[in-house]
Amino acid sequence: MNLPNGWSKYEQAEKVINYLRPHSYVNLGVGMPGIVAELLDDTKGINFHCENGIVGYRGLNDQEEVDPDIIDAATNPVGLIAGAAIVAHDLSFAIARGGRLDTAVLGAFQVSESGDLANWKSPNALIAGVGGAMDLAVGAKEVIIMMKHLDKNGESKIVKDCTYPITARKVVDYIVTEFAVFAINPNGLVVVDIADGMTEEILATITEAPFTSNLLKMEV
Amino acid sequence: MGVNTVDVETPSHRKLARTPQEAVAGMNDGDLLLVGGWGGIGVPHELILATSKLPVRNLTLVSNNCGTGIAGDVGELFKAGLISKVITTFPVHTEAVDYLDRVKKGEVEVELTPQGTLAERLRCAGAGLGGFFTPTGVGTELGENKESRVINGREFILEQPLHGDFAIIKADLADEMGNLRFRFAARSFNPLMAMAARKTIVEVRELVPVGAIKPDDIHLPGIFVDTIYVSGSGS
Repeated sequence: MNLPNGWSKYEQAEKVINYLRPHSYVNLGVGMPGIVAELLDDTKGINFHCENGIVGYRGLNDQEEVDPDIIDAATNPVGLIAGAAIVAHDLSFAIARGGRLDTAVLGAFQVSESGDLANWKSPNALIAGVGGAMDLAVGAKEVIIMMKHLDKNGESKIVKDCTYPITARKVVDYIVTEFAVFAINPNGLVVVDIADGMTEEILATITEAPFTSNLLKMEV
Repeated sequence: MGVNTVDVETPSHRKLARTPQEAVAGMNDGDLLLVGGWGGIGVPHELILATSKLPVRNLTLVSNNCGTGIAGDVGELFKAGLISKVITTFPVHTEAVDYLDRVKKGEVEVELTPQGTLAERLRCAGAGLGGFFTPTGVGTELGENKESRVINGREFILEQPLHGDFAIIKADLADEMGNLRFRFAARSFNPLMAMAARKTIVEVRELVPVGAIKPDDIHLPGIFVDTIYVSGSGS
């Protein structure tokens, strides 16, 4: 099947940014979610939290001097906003786990229709790392997943039940792929935005889990 | 009864080690070693290198990462064959070649733990607590075979305190009483590991006189610190 190109990863990040409120506290996972901070020149007043204890980081400007002790979750150098705070790991995860963090934007291997998240380990992997994924997934008020729609084998990453090891159950609120944005509510998946050239019919063929739609029907 | 207690003099100044070798002396086979650092920063490089040359075996290492490709990080301890078990959160850097090699050969047992759980296990040990219930890991591989309890309608699992025999950590400033200041995200696990160990050795960028760090600016009081080594002073 010929699929449309869908959104670029930058357009995907813009879709995520639509869900981030000014002055909220947000943690960005490693990988694709990192683009979100890159796109926000003035951070929109968002306080980006990192596992390492930085509360209030921002992307570096060109030619800005790098400080080796100021890095993000991907260990890339970042800057601090005015009003940034630094805490040790216990307080950093009190923020993550204690219900203060407004949003975690994370990558995923799989997300189920009931919001189960699998993003830390491939099945039967000898080597795996969990980092802060489980703490963030259970602790953030809202979890947004930013990922490709299909895995390397062309299989849907949005599934009825996760076959990959679980990170946390019933935690995901939104999924943003290159083809669509889904909300997860108690009744299951709802497509709320769709890329140019993609149709609900095609989307259904590449999405394992069933979904309903609240897209406005455009008169052609 | 007005009887004076025996007056044992406690040195107000912490031991200052002249070399990293002197700083890490006293470790034994089978000890549990806490090593500070996160993602390549806040790492006590000289103390790790000195430890890697000790004639000790079967250490259990606690470290967030297992090597990030930087000389003098915990990868040296795997390379030297000192480690038989590691408790870690994120060992998957492709640069963690010595760790990967030992794990593939079956020489190192790995206990993976969520990062927030590791932090709290260390804090619990340092705070004299018997453990804690966390929602992290419920319903996952990492929560299997752990005692669980429903509290206020939510499921939690029991995690145990994690005590170290030794901690080797990195700070920016120390005064002669062992009071510490850390620098930006290089703080991370370092103060928690200092709290959780029977003996804590700190590598600092600079040693300053007592009083040079104002009381409100001290991140960790010297009560948690035993030995100070100043980076670059003894190698």
